[in-house]
Order: sequence, then structure tokens, then C-alpha cells
Amino acid sequence: MNAKLMMSMTVTAALALAMAPVQAADLDAKTAEIVKRDFRDKGIAKATRVNQDELQAACSKYVDKLPPKLKAKLEAKEAETIKFPADGKFMGDWKAGEKLAQSGKGMTWSDKPEDVPGGNCYNCHQLSSKEIAYGTIGPSLLNFGKVRGNGEDIQRYVYARIYNAKASNACANMPRFGHMGILTEAQMKDLVALLLDPESPVNK
Amino acid sequence: MRTKQTYKALLLLVLSASFSAVAAEATVTDSDRIEQYREMISDGNPAEFDEMRGEELWKKAAGPNKVSLEQCDLGKGAGVVKGAYSEMPRFFKDTNKVQDLESRLLTCMTTLQGFTEDEITAKPFASDKKQSDISSLTTYVVGQSKGIKMAVSTKHPKVKEAYEIGKRIFNYRAGPYDFACSTCHATTGVRIRMQDLPNLSHNKKDAQSAYTTWPAYRVSQGQTRSFQWRLNDCFRQQRFPEPKFASEATVALTTFLAVSANGAEFAGPGLKR
Ligand code: HEC
Ligand code: HEC
Repeated sequence: MNAKLMMSMTVTAALALAMAPVQAADLDAKTAEIVKRDFRDKGIAKATRVNQDELQAACSKYVDKLPPKLKAKLEAKEAETIKFPADGKFMGDWKAGEKLAQSGKGMTWSDKPEDVPGGNCYNCHQLSSKEIAYGTIGPSLLNFGKVRGNGEDIQRYVYARIYNAKASNACANMPRFGHMGILTEAQMKDLVALLLDPESPVNK
Repeated sequence: MRTKQTYKALLLLVLSASFSAVAAEATVTDSDRIEQYREMISDGNPAEFDEMRGEELWKKAAGPNKVSLEQCDLGKGAGVVKGAYSEMPRFFKDTNKVQDLESRLLTCMTTLQGFTEDEITAKPFASDKKQSDISSLTTYVVGQSKGIKMAVSTKHPKVKEAYEIGKRIFNYRAGPYDFACSTCHATTGVRIRMQDLPNLSHNKKDAQSAYTTWPAYRVSQGQTRSFQWRLNDCFRQQRFPEPKFASEATVALTTFLAVSANGAEFAGPGLKR
């Protein structure tokens, strides 16, 4: 083959490549590349935060509508991460829980390393009838204990929900407070009490 | 035009009224309160001061090269400002890139005026201590598209690609809270505390009214804020690291949101909480 023909073939091939409709997989790869390059450390929010774990990557790729098999597999994996309290007790102090539920502090680049992250619960949920400035991304939890009871099973359920919400719904919009180290075991117990204690404003 | 003092007085009034309103009524959201303020100042917006500052900066010789920005091409020819914003982001041959208004201004300020990129991007947003030239320029340029229909073309394959990547960034979950833009902005009629959240991906009307009212004067901050600022602050709330100013990621996301607003009349600079 002569050199000129080779050359023109290569050029044609290159052009075809450039013109080809960009495939979804290519776009996913390109997006990942751009995101990794275009964010930087600021305060406590390090650039590495854009690195996704398996669950985050799957929920992004399928825009929160996972194929059923994958959904079940990921939920089982998330359930395994949950560490229940060693002392077997789930109910803390609902007053401390209410403070945590009110606090939207934490984990942004404008928060300081010594700031204690809150629970952000009111950002997304209605909890007590006294607080009218509540968000609606999550369901209302008003009267949660009154309606669902406050025995050992439901205590365990609420603790698990707060620890890792993705164990029951892989692409839920609720953060994984225990799994991601946002809240401590004692804080999560205080929140369980907020939802279940008959004296808590949630149930009054 | 009203004086800054008049705006301040009205603002104090509406803010004190709004706090008592919170106690009295259960369903007064921040959008309702801002609507009250808007009615009070009906014929004006403090962003006008920033527009005027931006216009002066556009026409003034500046930078090491001591030239104005009147030769800056925003896509409709050198110096054409009218209607430019409603067609951005768009593809620019000279940079071989899709650019939003702010990244394009950055190009003009570096290539024409001779500023370095670092001196502009180090602090691109205004603070109480320092105004931002690129932000005021942005306010001026967008004001020149007021009343013009959004018409961002995706004919160019690079714009189409930016749109597709922007859509993916919108749904990109990461960080300690697993948040993406879609966590807060893909459902109609929800709010965080008292702040209404527009559904930017599945509700054309929401997407249009959000996009066409930015940049905006932020009442709570006493500053006019650009769209790059809006994205920056939402990434903060998303618990992400900081997006680099005018980066490809921010331009792609802006392309996705701007195209979603196509067909609506541009109404900025707006007025926000
Ligand atoms: C970003 C929004 C968001 C935040 C913040 C949030 N949640 Fe949720 N929460 C949700 C959503 C959405 C659901 C529904 C879950 C699903 O899709 O499966 C939910 C579900 C729940 C449930 C299960 C309700 C039921 O009927 O069984 C509990 C309990 C709960 N949240 C408690 C909390 C507590 C306590 C906090 C604060 C530590 C909190 N949430 C913070 C969004 C949030
Ligand atoms: C944790 C929730 C949350 C996340 C995540 C989030 N936002 Fe927002 N966004 C808000 C809130 C709250 C407002 C209203 C802001 C205000 O009044 O201060 C808002 C406002 C906006 C607005 C202006 C709407 C208007 O009508 O003025 C746009 C546009 C926007 N967000 C885009 C985005 C994009 C793009 C992302 C992803 C980078 C994102 N947001 C991520 C909470 C969020």
C-alpha cells in the first residue's frame, strides 16, 4: 500500500471516530474524568470526596432506578455494615436527640474541623408539631412512636435506618449517618429516643 | 432608580415582618416572603447597582494591555452584548471550547486585557470586603438579555456533549452524605426547612423559572450573585469539595440547566432570599 493512501485512510478513520455519536459509556467515563479534575480541596471538604463507592456509582449510573437484582445485592451489602450497640440498648436521651435533629451543621467546607455534625433531620422530615420549619424530602415522622410502637424491634429498626438508610432502599435520599461516621453510636441512640420515647415532642 | 438607602429600609421592614409571620403562620415559605419584598420594591432591584458597575467596567480600559472589553466576542460578534446571554453556553472556535458567560469573560479578560487567570479566579465572588469585577461584568451582560427568550442551541456536537455530561454531573452522587443535585432538585414540591426546591430535571416550568432568575441579588447577603456562585454554594450544601471557577464541570452543568430553560424569557438579574 502506498504511503499516501495509508495516510488518507488514517485521516478518514480518525474523522469517522471523531464524528461517531458518543456512546453512553464514553460519556460516563468522560464525566468521571472531568469531575476528578475539576474539584479541589476546600477546608474540610477534600477533593477525594468525589470518589464514589460502589453504591454511589450505581445509583448515579442508573439515576436511582437500579435493576432489581443489583438493588437487592447492594442493600444486603449495606445491611452488613450496620454495627448495633454492644450493650444491646437503643434508647438514649430524646432531649439531646432533638438538638441533633435541629442541627444542620457539619461536613461542608465552611464547617470547621471541630464543629460537631448534626443530624439534619428537620431539613428533610417533619418531627414534632412545635417545629414548623421542616423539610419535606423525607416522609413526616410526626407521632412516629405513637403509631409504630416503641418495643425492641422498632428500636432496632430505627437505629438501623439511621445507621445505614441504604440497607432498606439502596438509592434513598437519606444519608448513611453511622456508616459514613457522621454520627456516633450515642448520638444515634438519642435520635432513636427522639422518635420513640413517649415523652418526646415527636409523640406529644 | 431608588437609592440604596430606600432598599435597605424596605428590607429591614420585610425581614422583621417575616419573623413574626413565621411564628403566626405555619406555611409561609421563604419564597412567599421574598414575594412580599418584591412587591414592595416593584419597580427596582438592588442588582441594578451592580449592572451599572459592570457596564462601566466593560467600557473602561483596564489590565496590563489597557483596553476595554468592547472587542470581547460573546458569540454574537465582537462587542455585541444584547441577547448574548440567552444563547450561552455556546461553542467558541477560538478557544475550541463550550463556554458559559463567566468562562468567556475570563477568556476576554486574559487574552484582551492581559490579566492572568489566577488573579481573576483566586476570588471570583464578591465579599463584604471586596467587590468582584467579573461578577459585576456578568450582571451587566445578563441584564442585556432581559425579556429575550432562552435559546441555547445544542446543534454543535460539543454543546450536545456538554449537555449530556452536565446531566450526568447533576445525578452524580458522592461525598459523606451521598448527595447529588438530584437529591434536592429532582422532585416537584419539596423543600429543605422553609426553602422551596425547584425540580430542575423533570419539571420544565421549575427549570425555566430557576434559571431565568439568576444571577440575582441575594437579600440575605446584600450581594448580587452569579450563576457560577449559585452552583458553588449548592456544591457546598451537597458536601462536595469546591468546583473550580469556570471549569468544564461547571460549564457542562450550566449547559444542562440552560438548555432545560429554553423557550422561557430571561428575567434576570433576579431577586432572591
Ligand atoms: C436528605 C434528606 C434526609 C435527611 C437529612 C434525613 N432523612 Fe430520614 N428519610 C429520608 C427519606 C427520603 C426517607 C424515605 C426513605 C426511602 O426512600 O426508603 C427517610 C426515611 C426515614 C425513616 C424511615 C421512616 C419509616 O416510615 O419507616 C426514619 C426513621 C428516618 N428517615 C429518620 C431520620 C432521622 C432520625 C434523621 C436525622 C438523623 C433523618 N432521617 C435525616 C430523607 C432524609
Ligand atoms: C442539600 C440540598 C441541595 C443540593 C444537593 C443542591 N441544592 Fe440547589 N438549592 C438548594 C436550596 C436549599 C436552594 C434554595 C437556596 C436558597 O434560597 O438559599 C437551592 C437553589 C438552587 C438553584 C436556584 C433556584 C432558584 O429558583 O433560585 C439552582 C439553580 C440550584 N439550586 C441548582 C443546584 C445544582 C445544579 C445542584 C448540584 C450541584 C444543587 N443545586 C444541589 C439545595 C440543594
